[in-house]
This record gives sequence, C-alpha cells and structure tokens, in this order.
Amino acid sequence: MVGRIIKRVYLYLIFLFLYAPIVVLVAYSFNESRSRGRWGGFTLRWYAELFRDTEVLRALYNTLAIAVLSAVIATVIGTAAAIGIHEMKRIKKVIVMNLTYLPVINPDIVTGVSLMLLFVFTKPFTQLGLGFFTMLLAHITFNIPYVILSVLPKLKQLDKHVYEAALDLGATPSYALRKVVIPQIMPGIVTGFLLAFTLSIDDFVISFFTTGSGVSNIAIYVYSMARRGVNPKINALSTIMFVTVLALLLIVNKRMSKDNPKVKESVRSTTHHLKKRGLVKSPG
Amino acid sequence: MKKTWYAYPYLVWMTIFIVVPLFLLLFYTFTATTEEGIRFTLQHIKRVCEPIYLMVLLRSILLALICTVVCLLIGYPVALILANKEYSQNKVLALLFVIPMWINFLVRTYAWMSLLGKNGLIDMVMDFLRLPPVQLLYTDHAVVLGMVYNFLPFMVLPIYSVLAKMDKSIIEAAEDLGADYITVLKRIIIPLSLPGVISGITMVFMPAVTTFIISRLLGGGQYILIGNLIEQQFIVVGDWNFGSAISFVLTVIILISMGIMRKYDREYEGGAIW
Repeated sequence: MVGRIIKRVYLYLIFLFLYAPIVVLVAYSFNESRSRGRWGGFTLRWYAELFRDTEVLRALYNTLAIAVLSAVIATVIGTAAAIGIHEMKRIKKVIVMNLTYLPVINPDIVTGVSLMLLFVFTKPFTQLGLGFFTMLLAHITFNIPYVILSVLPKLKQLDKHVYEAALDLGATPSYALRKVVIPQIMPGIVTGFLLAFTLSIDDFVISFFTTGSGVSNIAIYVYSMARRGVNPKINALSTIMFVTVLALLLIVNKRMSKDNPKVKESVRSTTHHLKKRGLVKSPG
Repeated sequence: MKKTWYAYPYLVWMTIFIVVPLFLLLFYTFTATTEEGIRFTLQHIKRVCEPIYLMVLLRSILLALICTVVCLLIGYPVALILANKEYSQNKVLALLFVIPMWINFLVRTYAWMSLLGKNGLIDMVMDFLRLPPVQLLYTDHAVVLGMVYNFLPFMVLPIYSVLAKMDKSIIEAAEDLGADYITVLKRIIIPLSLPGVISGITMVFMPAVTTFIISRLLGGGQYILIGNLIEQQFIVVGDWNFGSAISFVLTVIILISMGIMRKYDREYEGGAIW
C-alpha cells in the first residue's frame, strides 16, 4: 500500500519535472509585464507583435517550404531507392544499407559541418552560396534514409508472386510496378513522407550550418533570439509550436480511432518510427 | 525483376552529399595550406591535444557521463513503474511521457531559461521561502539539468520497452520459490533489462556529448563544450582545419563508445532497439 503511494508520488514528480517548464513558458507568453518576476495581467500583445514581425513570417515560410519540398523529393528518391535496394544481392545490400545508416548514426553536428564544407568548397564551381537552396539539399539528404527505412519493411512483406502474376497476365514491368507494387507499399511511403516532413520542421543543427546570409527557419530564429536572453515573443512563438504539435497528435489519434485500417497502420508505424528515431538519435 | 537501378539516383545523391563531405572533413583535418601548396600534416590533431582543448574535451565527456548516470538513476524507476501491471494498461500515462519528445528541442531548452534566470520562478519560490536566491542559470548545474531534462525520455523508453516485453512468469516463478522483491529485482529484473539499459546509456550519452545548444543557452556565452568549440571554429573563427580536426576527434569518440556499447549489447543478446 505504502509502496503504491510512493510509486504514484514519484511518477507525479517526474511529470511535474517534465511539464512545469512548459506550463511556465506558456503562462509567460500571456504576461503583460516584460519582467518575468511579476504577473502584469493577461495580454495577447506578444502574439500580435509576433505576427507583425516580417522576419518571423519569412522564417515560417522557409520552414514550411523546405519541409514540403524536402519531404516530397526525399520520398520519391527514397521510395525508388528502397525498391532498388530490395532487389540487390546480399553483399551489395549490406554495403548500401550501411551507407544509409551513416547519417542516422553520425552526430548531427558532424553531418552539418561536413555539408557546410561541401557547399563552401564547391561554391567556385556551382556559384551556389549558403542559403535556402543549400538548406533544402541538406534536408533532402538527411530525410532520404528515413524514407528508405520506412518503405523497406513493406517491401519485405510483399508477396512477389502477385507481381509475377501481373507480368504473366501481360502487364509491362513499369505498369505492374505502378498498379501492383506501389499501392501495396503505400502505407510505408506515407509514413516515410510524414516522418521526413516532421524531421525537417524539427531540425535545427544541420540547418544552422548549411544556411547563410539571413535565410533562417523557425528553429534558427528561436535560437538567435534565445541566445540574447528571455523574450516574451519567443514564449509566444514556442506556445504556438507546442499547440501545433498537440493538435497534430490529437488529429492523428482521431484518425486512428476511425476504422480505416490503412491510415491506422501508417499512423501507428509513424509514431513507432518517431519513437525509434528519438531513440536512435536526438538533435542538438 | 531487375530493378536495382532504381537505387542509382539515391547512390549518386548519397555519394555527393554524405561520402564526399566526410572525405572533405578528413582532408581538412590532415592538411595545411602553405605557400608551397597543400601538404599532409598532423598539426591540427596535435592542437586538439593541447591542454586547453583537452580540458574542453574532458569536460564534455564528464558532463555527458554525469547526465547519463543521473538519467539512469531517475529513469530506471520510472520505466519500472510504467511497465508495472497497474500502469501498463494506462495509455494516457504513456502518451504523457512521449509528448515532451515531440516538442522542439530548442523550445524545451529555452523553457528552462525563464525558470532558472534572475527573477525567474525558482528565485521567486526561494524568495517566498525567505531563502537567499540561487544563481543557477549559466552554471554547470544548469547545463546538466538541461541535458537531463532533454534526454530523460531516451533513457526511460528503451528500458520500458524491454521491461514491458519481459516474461512476467519468470518473476512469478521466482516469487513462488520464495524470493522477496529486492532479490527479484537484483537477480531477475535488472539483469534481463540490461539490453534496454545499454541502449538508454548510448542514446543519452551520444547527444549529450555533442550538444552545443544546451551549453550555449543555459551555460551562457563563455561556456565551452566540444560542440561549442566546433560551432565557434566554423561560424566565428573560420578555421576549418581545426574545426574539422575537432569534429574528427568527436566522431572517433562516438565510434569508440558505440563499439564498446555494441560489444556489451551482443553479450546480452537481442532485445535492443538497434
């Protein structure tokens, strides 16, 4: 009995530790007073200031544009790669898969600086300065492995006789691929896309090293402001980011409860992958 | 079906953006540009071994180790409780533990700045209790606290997943044979959960040793860990050779610690996350 109470108290303390900073952060975003010690009354002033700040809006645009573009491109390249890798002979497969794991295992900071070296080193030939485009290339690069790792398991479950049957019935290989293989691995592709999108929005370290001259995303903006100390505007921005994440989680859960097995499957594996990604590597 | 060529665009991409950059890193680590041109040198690696930089390296490893130990001490009981019968059916509890992981890393770190800073909440509480204020922000303690806060879930989840999959009948058998809870914990639960513990240690130690955000935001501008040193060399100083050399040393440290962990992992067989 006593043990039970101790367990419960311990768990509550841990949750307090995990959530107290976030609750305080959200509360201060509505605080009229600039100094943190005092409660100066409720206000939406910081939110209004945030949406008037063109720098924030530009950062938001960059974040979303890069997330969408990098997720789409990484999904196309990654899905094709997964189909190719699936067909490879054993030794070749092992080599390619090790290459795939490389950016997953390598610390973000090392991936970031090595990409920065590449972009600056090749600048005389490509005329490509650090900025939006280099950041996009970097995001595609770290996203592709996660798409491959989401699609490959689906390919392994695939019954290859169905594809052969399609060929026997007169389908061309590319027709059979489009009509037979792709629909069956669709949940994996969707998972990979969502994962790539999320990772791109969440990334700070690699973006930080591969961008330049005033091009920033939301994470870089938060960092450059936070470096100068606490600022209620960042509290407001952080609150919006937190609420967006919560809303996405709720929508995902709601879609899960509707009886759509395909969506359910993809969502479940997304959360699984996210957890796994959290376990494999964490930013910063 | 011969479709291996589908992977070729990917291979070209990864060669350009992963393999070539890593070779560039090696190139900058081991060369120096002099008047006679580019030549091989070990001077940058030697510079990393100078006492001032060696201290930074040791401090980063020490802080990461402290963080790992604290996470293990706090996190193991949490995993144990969550995996327990009474709580394992509780989806909300598990979700509550996962949500903070979805929040952007910077936001989570930033949140502590308002708590720890001058006139922050902790100061207010101390004031209320009529105790002298403690200046926590921009100290070692704040950096370790930030690391523990950010990486605790990475310790809890792998241990939890191993504990949740554990065959409960083994524990029941031990209890039937007269073992008390402490004995069961010592002789059965902890040994069986070691693969999870090892993954947890790896997953906390690696990001902790490479971080530069936590030390920058919670440790202040002059606070230097190995990650800050790399950032400084590339962004501020522009000494790419030295920056590359530090990144190279960091990668070697990561590879060595991963090798050690893998070795233990294999000894305990299976159950690990990767």
